[in-house]
Amino acid sequence: MAVVETVSVPDPVADARAAARREKTMTAAVPIATAAALILLWEVGVRGFGVPTYIAPAPSAVAATFVDKFPVLMQNFWPTFVESVAGFAVGNLAAILIAVTFVHSRHMERAFFPIAVFVNTIPILAIAPVLVLILGPGITAKVVIAALICFFPTLVNMVRGLQSVSPQTLELARILSASKSEIFWKMRLPSSLPFLFSALKISATTSVIGAIVGEWVGADLGLGALIIDATFNFNSPLLYATVFMSSGLSVLMFALVTLAERRIVRW
Amino acid sequence: MMETKESLTGAPVTVPHGGSAATLKAASVCFGSFTAIDKLDLEIEAGSFYTILGPSGCGKSTMLRLVSDLIPAAAGEVSIFGKTTEEARLAREFAFVFQDAALLPWRSALKNVELPLEIGRKRNIDIPTGPRNPRELLELVGLKGRENALPHELSGGMRQRVAIARALVCQPKLLLMDEPFGALDEMTRDRLNLQLLDIWRETGTTILFVTHSISEAVFLGQKVVMLRANPGRLRQIVDIELPEPRETKLRDTPEFTRYCGYLRDLLETC
Repeated sequence: MAVVETVSVPDPVADARAAARREKTMTAAVPIATAAALILLWEVGVRGFGVPTYIAPAPSAVAATFVDKFPVLMQNFWPTFVESVAGFAVGNLAAILIAVTFVHSRHMERAFFPIAVFVNTIPILAIAPVLVLILGPGITAKVVIAALICFFPTLVNMVRGLQSVSPQTLELARILSASKSEIFWKMRLPSSLPFLFSALKISATTSVIGAIVGEWVGADLGLGALIIDATFNFNSPLLYATVFMSSGLSVLMFALVTLAERRIVRW
Repeated sequence: MMETKESLTGAPVTVPHGGSAATLKAASVCFGSFTAIDKLDLEIEAGSFYTILGPSGCGKSTMLRLVSDLIPAAAGEVSIFGKTTEEARLAREFAFVFQDAALLPWRSALKNVELPLEIGRKRNIDIPTGPRNPRELLELVGLKGRENALPHELSGGMRQRVAIARALVCQPKLLLMDEPFGALDEMTRDRLNLQLLDIWRETGTTILFVTHSISEAVFLGQKVVMLRANPGRLRQIVDIELPEPRETKLRDTPEFTRYCGYLRDLLETC
């Protein structure tokens, strides 16, 4: 008899691999499906209840505006991007340098830490107009506001990071007769990197908020200016599109920092 | 026999051959009003393996920290190969192995072993005998092939072996070990004990090894320094006369058990 049988030999390794693949697909699929369902619910809700567009636009209207107004959005994206990145760089660099002086001098820390705390307690919305008045309507004021919002979390984390060297590591440094600069470069600074990156992840997104707040107070161009403009003109689809653009910028900054962290902090 | 040393309690033990690796003369260490070590006299013979035992709070670790210039003596004198502890530290005469390996987590095993060679280069810290090859040292401690592993990728025993390799890279004449295997399981500990004895024979270095395990102290030590607590003082130095080279089955012999029993009784009187 010529019976051809396909015998499927159970392969536990292949099965496990298939299961792992399924698991991976599910972890990606679940949040995406949830987001899609919520957007769909929003679309149905807006249409079903006849909500006027100026109160809440349908996602389809926002998407259409996003495509139509893409050149305008991009034109306003770049200034905000530049301000955010510059503010991120300036604020974090200042925080890192000040953290280094704090760790090396208790006097400096005692003298300036309370001032840093005080500056941090001033609401950014209150200090933004002051800075625009002092620095003028140009890019400088926005960079300073973005820098200011980045500064404090990084300062606090960096000080902790630089102090996170274990006592035994410091004893080892002493036994090797390491100099202060050797301890700093070979032990303190690398130890601080995981702490620094936690702070950088926070400031990656807050720097964008800082730039936008700065633009609210006075700017002709930028996502913040576009938000104000769209709000006053009851152009809700454009407002929503701008909001998505802003959060897209934050996500981009966050992703870049996360990528850098994965490459640098491998322990 | 071990009883012969009974009369030497509290007095410095002078040994004719080998010279002195470290000498403590009426050395005291105080933390505030607390006296951790009180007028300790001790002479460490070069080339020997000393284990240090004592009840907790007897100043075992403090003594190692005193010898390694991590803490100053409140009174008395400490010298290492005729130098002050500071001079000896600057000349890299001794190395220290901590209870936790104290590896830098961002450096590979090899880079951790190389650390002592990177530090102090500008000030020309010179190693009289020249440094040892870090790769060969990792091979010596049985970590060939794991040179590029980061500490978190290694087991506790492997990390401690990297720390030992790092301590040996400057060819120290005195190796100070503060409960280096205290956090390891018994099997790993026994294996590392044998490896450490091999290293000791290979390098000819003097070893001061603090432990709280009586059997470890007997198995490793040529001499067991027993300290007493409150305040930390020398109780007795016990010579361990067991056949060399020491092997695992030695632990099952009656002589080994007798030494352990003797030290256990002595520990109770501390």
